[in-house]
Amino acid sequence: MGTRCGIVSPYSPILPLNNGKASAHEAFHFWGRCERMPESLIAIGDALPYLLRGSLVTLIVVVGAMALGLVLGVPLAMGQVYGHWALRRAIAVYVWFFRGIPLLVFLFLFYFGLCTALDINLSAFTVAIIVLGLISSAYQSQIFRGAILSLPEGQLKAARALGMSDIKAITVIILPQALRLSVPGWSNEYSILLKDSAVTYALGVAEIMARAHFVATRTYQQLPLYFAAGMIFLILTWMGTKSLRLLEEKVRIPGYGSSPQLAAESFDP
Amino acid sequence: MAHWRIPRMDCRHIMAEPILRIENISKRYGKKDVLKGASLDVNKGDLKILIGPSGAGKSTLLQCINFLVKPDEGRVWLEGREVHYAHKRDLYAYRQKVGMIFQDFNLFDHLNALENVRIGMVQVKGMPKAEAGERAVMELERVGLKDHMQKYPAQLSGGQKQRVSIARALAMDPKVMLLDEPTSALDPELIGEVHAVIRDLGNNGMTMIMATHQIGFASSLASEIVFMEDGRILERGTPDKIFNDAQNARTREFCSKITELYGER
Repeated sequence: MGTRCGIVSPYSPILPLNNGKASAHEAFHFWGRCERMPESLIAIGDALPYLLRGSLVTLIVVVGAMALGLVLGVPLAMGQVYGHWALRRAIAVYVWFFRGIPLLVFLFLFYFGLCTALDINLSAFTVAIIVLGLISSAYQSQIFRGAILSLPEGQLKAARALGMSDIKAITVIILPQALRLSVPGWSNEYSILLKDSAVTYALGVAEIMARAHFVATRTYQQLPLYFAAGMIFLILTWMGTKSLRLLEEKVRIPGYGSSPQLAAESFDP
Repeated sequence: MAHWRIPRMDCRHIMAEPILRIENISKRYGKKDVLKGASLDVNKGDLKILIGPSGAGKSTLLQCINFLVKPDEGRVWLEGREVHYAHKRDLYAYRQKVGMIFQDFNLFDHLNALENVRIGMVQVKGMPKAEAGERAVMELERVGLKDHMQKYPAQLSGGQKQRVSIARALAMDPKVMLLDEPTSALDPELIGEVHAVIRDLGNNGMTMIMATHQIGFASSLASEIVFMEDGRILERGTPDKIFNDAQNARTREFCSKITELYGER
């Protein structure tokens, strides 16, 4: 069994125990405990392809939700900064609403509540993307709003002085700068969304957590499977934030510093 | 009767029509009157210098002229046509013809020098990118920055930034330029290069209204000095008259103080 995973056989004399000074009893105890390890690893190995297919589902949900959140969040932020006061108020209520209710409540509300009440036939997968996207749009609008507000007022003035319409000034001058400034915020949003996406398991979306749970409850290998699920999430988070950091570096305006504080505070293997 | 009237009217039209006419501009922020009815006629090729203490309304007046700040009252004519700034199309067309230079440059930070100069021509005038690019290079050459055209604002010195912003305004073929303390944010040693560009513009007949504290520069170049205080134009006249023989006591006081500070007239 042990050899199948490429693990050193429990009876091989390769690992020295306390330079050979340990008692026979201790040695037996050590190997005895280790003997279960290969089994756990086998459980992980067997379930891994299944879990990794789940990570694909997770990634699609997260990327879809982020994209939806961006598409909704940018106009929301624009409206909140430049809009009429009634529009600003409406957007503030929207943000307040989607930030104030737990994800699980929203998922159930949409999937079991709204979809049933309105007789809409949507898959759990689609509902997951929509709900996560709507919630994310509220958060992303605030990331983006902060970015717009941090731009000097003179940028808009200079654009207007050239004869640009407000819409042109915003799309050509403000938007490209604000989007750049939003990248660190997105990195944060991505890692939160990724972890939140595990909750969609409650609807039966076949993502990482749902699959790990499915296998664990049938094989009774809870420890290795949930551990594996955790590791996959950790790696996905790391990969995402790492690539967004590269993106930030890539779109950085020459002459401007990168965000050193962020780099110093985050652990980056 | 008609025999002499017609030529006389023609004459008046040709000689006395100011290129920019500002009438009775007022602006109030809350309870504070920042501008209390300022009027100004600017002829083609004029360089009007606005002087006065901080808070006199110089900057607000300049920004009211191209409606970056909406005046509460007042009318503006450019080349004999009144500007109806409530009509967006009219406003945008008018702003193209009025170049604005800001104290803190306001270059577009995400664009390099060339793109900064080009963007107005491409986005506002709808010129093809290549043609606009050629023109942009020409304008940058004119302000002596052809070698720096690939640099981003953050990589340029203050003086260079201000020269790029002048090139950006010039590329739009403005009829009038408004300069709001163009050298106030610069290190003393960088002021000269910007002054040289402005002097060059003046010599080439550009019509300009400039707010500044650089009295020496102003008096050597200005066609008229306009002294403002407390939202009003108190006195105006040739540099010689304002600096040496001002009628108003406040003008004399301000001029003597500022001459002490910025010296070398």
